Amino acid sequence: MAWILPFLFLTPGVLGLAALAVKSLRVGLGILLFGALLHFVGTVSLWAGADTIAFGTFLRVDVTGLIFLSITSVLFLLVAIYTVPYILQGTHDKQSAPHRFVPCLLGFLAAMSLVSVTQNLALMWAAVEGTTLASAPLVYFYRRRGALEAAWKYLLLCSVGIALALLGTFCLGVAASAVPGASAGLTLDGLMKAAPSMARPWLKTAFVLALVGYGTKMGLAPLHTWLPDTHSQAPSPVSALLSGALLNCAFLAILRFFQVCLASGDAAFARTLLVVLGFASIAIACAFMVGQRDYKRLLAYSSIENMGVMAAGVGLGGAATYGAIFHSVNHSLCKAGLFLLAGNVLRAFGTTSARQARGVLGRIPVTGVLMTALFLAIGGAPPFGPFWSEFLIFQTAIRGTSPWIGVLFVSLLAVAFLGMAGALLPMLQGAQGDDARRVREPALSVVAPLALAIGALSIGVYVPPILSDALHHAATALGG
Amino acid sequence: MTGYADFLLLVVAALSLSIVATSRLTGCVRASALQGVALSLLPLALWGGALDRHAVPVATMSLGALAVKAVIIPLLLARAIREANVRRESEPFISLHFSVLIAAALVGFSFWLGTILILPKPAPTPLLVPMAFANLLVGFLVLIVRRKAVTQVVGYLMLENGIFIFGQTLVEEVPFAVELGILLDLLVGVFVMGIAINHISREFEHIDTELLSTLKD
Repeated sequence: MAWILPFLFLTPGVLGLAALAVKSLRVGLGILLFGALLHFVGTVSLWAGADTIAFGTFLRVDVTGLIFLSITSVLFLLVAIYTVPYILQGTHDKQSAPHRFVPCLLGFLAAMSLVSVTQNLALMWAAVEGTTLASAPLVYFYRRRGALEAAWKYLLLCSVGIALALLGTFCLGVAASAVPGASAGLTLDGLMKAAPSMARPWLKTAFVLALVGYGTKMGLAPLHTWLPDTHSQAPSPVSALLSGALLNCAFLAILRFFQVCLASGDAAFARTLLVVLGFASIAIACAFMVGQRDYKRLLAYSSIENMGVMAAGVGLGGAATYGAIFHSVNHSLCKAGLFLLAGNVLRAFGTTSARQARGVLGRIPVTGVLMTALFLAIGGAPPFGPFWSEFLIFQTAIRGTSPWIGVLFVSLLAVAFLGMAGALLPMLQGAQGDDARRVREPALSVVAPLALAIGALSIGVYVPPILSDALHHAATALGG
Repeated sequence: MTGYADFLLLVVAALSLSIVATSRLTGCVRASALQGVALSLLPLALWGGALDRHAVPVATMSLGALAVKAVIIPLLLARAIREANVRRESEPFISLHFSVLIAAALVGFSFWLGTILILPKPAPTPLLVPMAFANLLVGFLVLIVRRKAVTQVVGYLMLENGIFIFGQTLVEEVPFAVELGILLDLLVGVFVMGIAINHISREFEHIDTELLSTLKD
């Protein structure tokens, strides 16, 4: 089974290179679907295996990595299906070079898979850097000034973030060099064994740098400013992957550093930082969600808010750790679906302004209904999945030493819900303008969001034992 | 060999300060290229005595830094400057004189930081850690203060150079991580940025990032 680990990132990589040579769009999309399907099958087969699967010294996947890998794989398959009508029927400008789209997407998948299947912190860092490289051309897919600006901010801020993360990785190496024979190769296992006798100032420096560095990529405040621009300017399938899969990869990288801190027996400092940055992100996102006029930006700010929820959940510990990992699954399902639906709205109305795109339910009813459902889900309405994960985090906070954290948490979530409702509900229900008409919705462009909505609903109603076991394992490994 | 290494580190720091004080874009790019040359010699000066053990990391770091930092990126930046036809920094957010003062304070702060964060195993030269932090912080300053995309890339390069210097402390411990990290950072981050700058210069005819601020709330 272990050979599946290199297979998971080599296959998309090789197929991506092959797609580079293909001029025909249809063949390229075929390669995309084929790669997505192979990746999905490979990921599913890993669930049958043992808790930890290793291949050589560099590749190793544990339950936490497997959960994040599975999110990526499922989202990618659904996004690939959505991409077919998007590329074939979309209105692209002449310069947008649609044949580059598929190779970059597959390269992006390869890099994200590598993040989940390695526990060598140096290789993981390289993979996170690879995700930036592969996704920047995707952000600048439409050769517009706005997209160029977004791609520039994305490159500059994420490169600075990733450089800080590299420095953090080096600091961890320095911290481990105090322990004889421990520094062999920066693997998670070796580092966790060495952690109790590491040089503390260096370990703390390493965590701060990794949190700020990878946190930039994850969209945590204060270096989140690239995220709303990038996610709103990128093509919708790319936004769905950036929000649903890439942010999780960066979160996983932070969790790896957190695991080393836990093993050192001195994680209180790391927990405090996670809670503070988490709440700062939720608060800043809320401030920009209220009165937001651009629905894609609104979704992007909601991603920042949810990343904050996840960081705060891990920081709080206990049952909230389970909640945080569960929330990353829930958020990915809902937000990827919402971004794909936003792509449908954009195509039907030709604007990203929530005020001008009135009457979504009237013009594109399937998209409208699904968008309403997923908005309620991500807003935290029962019985969808996000309600339960956020409830767990709230419960832990209110029972903890400082219950006011729980009160703050719920109040901020309420503000976020109202902010989203204020922009989305008038847009969905509002009366259409003079050009009232129904627009045909291609089946392939609604089937993926439909699957995501069903997923978000069903894990809210019933969490299958295989998933809840995995979540429990992951939460235990993360000090929950 | 630490004599050479210390000399190189001081050259790097002096070049960083000169970048802060320069408003001509070509001057900044030239200083950054020189910094690349000095950095490519640093691994040789530090580890030249033990080349038999560290030949691979030293070779990759030296040649990588020379090719990317001293040749490819400066050429890309110079082309962007030529195409966009800009010469000088237009009113940085903080005046050049004041930025030099801040930079000097940051260098002092880095020496203080070097006394707090003590390496478990002594560094090849005591200047290494303070100079790494100094370059990193001054690079940050340039990134924040300057408006042109070209000078922002130069600032990012300085920040990266700081990490390059810091990486030298780990050549014995985790050579793989150091090589991988440094090479990728060089190629990926800056190379892609070089391409992006050329897109920007073509699209906007000048490379002022002030123009790149239409996306807001």
